[in-house]
Amino acid sequence: MTKVAVEQDRVAGTVAPSLTLPRRPGRRNGKTVREALAGWLFLTPNMLLLCLFVLVPLVWTVVISFQETNGFGVGEYVGVANYERLLGDPLFWRSTANTLLFTIIVTPLSMVLGLGAAVLFNSILPARGVFRSILIIPMAISGVATALIGVLVFNENNGILDNLIRFIGLPSVNWQSGGFAAFVSVVLVTLWWRVGFNMLIYLAGLQSIGPELYEAAELDGAGFWVRFRNVTVPLLGPSSFFLLILNVIYSFQVFDIVFVMTGGGPQNATSVLVTYAYDTGFVTRDQGYAAAIGVVLLLVTFIFTAVRWRTSRSRDLVE
Amino acid sequence: MTTSTLSPAPATRRQKTTRLGAPRSRRGSRRGLVARIVAAILISIVVLFPLYWMLVVAFSSRSELLGGTLRLWPRTMTVGNFERVLAGFPIATWFSNSMAISITVAVLTVLVNLLGGYALSQLKFRGSNVVFLIALTTLMIPVQVIMVPLFRLVTNLGLYGSYWAVILPTAASAFGLFLARQFILSIPRDLIEAARIDGASHFRVFTSIVLPLSKPLIAVLFFMTLLQSWNDFAWPLIALKQNELFTLPIGLLYLQGQFGSDLGATMAFALINVVPMVVLFLVFQRFFVQGFARSGIK
Repeated sequence: MTKVAVEQDRVAGTVAPSLTLPRRPGRRNGKTVREALAGWLFLTPNMLLLCLFVLVPLVWTVVISFQETNGFGVGEYVGVANYERLLGDPLFWRSTANTLLFTIIVTPLSMVLGLGAAVLFNSILPARGVFRSILIIPMAISGVATALIGVLVFNENNGILDNLIRFIGLPSVNWQSGGFAAFVSVVLVTLWWRVGFNMLIYLAGLQSIGPELYEAAELDGAGFWVRFRNVTVPLLGPSSFFLLILNVIYSFQVFDIVFVMTGGGPQNATSVLVTYAYDTGFVTRDQGYAAAIGVVLLLVTFIFTAVRWRTSRSRDLVE
Repeated sequence: MTTSTLSPAPATRRQKTTRLGAPRSRRGSRRGLVARIVAAILISIVVLFPLYWMLVVAFSSRSELLGGTLRLWPRTMTVGNFERVLAGFPIATWFSNSMAISITVAVLTVLVNLLGGYALSQLKFRGSNVVFLIALTTLMIPVQVIMVPLFRLVTNLGLYGSYWAVILPTAASAFGLFLARQFILSIPRDLIEAARIDGASHFRVFTSIVLPLSKPLIAVLFFMTLLQSWNDFAWPLIALKQNELFTLPIGLLYLQGQFGSDLGATMAFALINVVPMVVLFLVFQRFFVQGFARSGIK
């Protein structure tokens, strides 16, 4: 798609002929065998870690999801009972709906705000580098600290934001006890944390657009919005696509902020699938049921991956 | 790709305005400039104010905070919150736990993924693409999917109760493999072929050609992993049950549970968690930005 793809092609281009060269025909087989052996050897540490700590637990999750467990003890097979229970569990549906809602809200907002910031900080501006650095500072801050800063700012009794709102003369908002307001506060804190990353990716994209395109558009009399719509946005397609995937994945996994800031409350208004799974598995210790929630999360992730693959393949064909 | 994303735009774009700028449009762009500066300052305030407020609360007395008399620009400052936090919690231990775990994860990630990345980018063998695809797919799986069996596994392996319960599963992330492969792909294959023809073994090629050329990759991978591991929360929350093994983010949550509404103490501790990484991030910004931008390229 971009530079790396070009490099890949270039590398592939140099590789293909050298492999098909009829150099020392007798030794070719030995060479490929040795190369494969070396490849697997170099990959061994990686594969050991990946198999042991990701792939094995992945299969194991599916196994445990068919069990009724007693704390951390050995489980008993109960068939699809856990999944049947999921269907009738209002908290599961609430968490699913919240996860989807969160994703649908946070993804486009992060991207639009990130793009706006990127365009602004790519234009002629004094101390541009300083502004850019400021915007990416939240990326260095842990999720827990971010959430606690959120607690501080959105505190209902003497939070700075509420003081500010009352100072302007508006009625105070029940950020902590109101379900809707709590959800909004989680979204706002997430945006504060994530927009810098979106800006960074868009900046990299913007810098790969040649200035001559803008010059041509300007000579044609195109104003800022026309240039933005017809040059910037289409040429940022790959960046947008990448960010779309990353923001959706991130939104599905939003744990730190929700867990620390609201704990899923009030009245489960901010409960999402990952926090519900954690609470089930390690607070109420219903591990079989938690595994079933995990499998649902996995399925949703796979569906999204499949959709992403299809679209990316058709994109490649179009481009 | 070697230039930092945060570096100023090429000079050509600046020339454009002087070359094309008729007097009228230049005045227009100056008016635009004021609006842009105002927007930039407003955005910066939104980003910086919560951090500033964290600082203010951390250095303010409890009575001021509870009494609601705290001002935007505090007149008195106190380190009382820090004293209280340091006296009540093993912060030094948690700090060194965080250091030990994140540095080990970073070193391990660099080592393992340089090897793996070399194999996946420069060696041709059957199955390499499948391996890469599987590794990439695992990147999308939240840890909550596998946490139940992973906890049992870590316990059965006898890792529970040591740093390794966090280090090994964290180092298993495929992110480093992805980054390393992308980077090592850009090393010309001719170079490696030439060394091979001269009789160098694959390992020799790795140590004498790939490794020296991968210094930027090593820096990027090291800092990115350090940052992620330092701030990691979801898995350490499960894997570190004893107080004396806590990392800073887990300790922070623990403190919040103990001190409840003592926001001053919480913010003082949050600062101890945040400041080292923010400083590192700003000093080595180049590497972080490159890492994030590079991971975003495809």
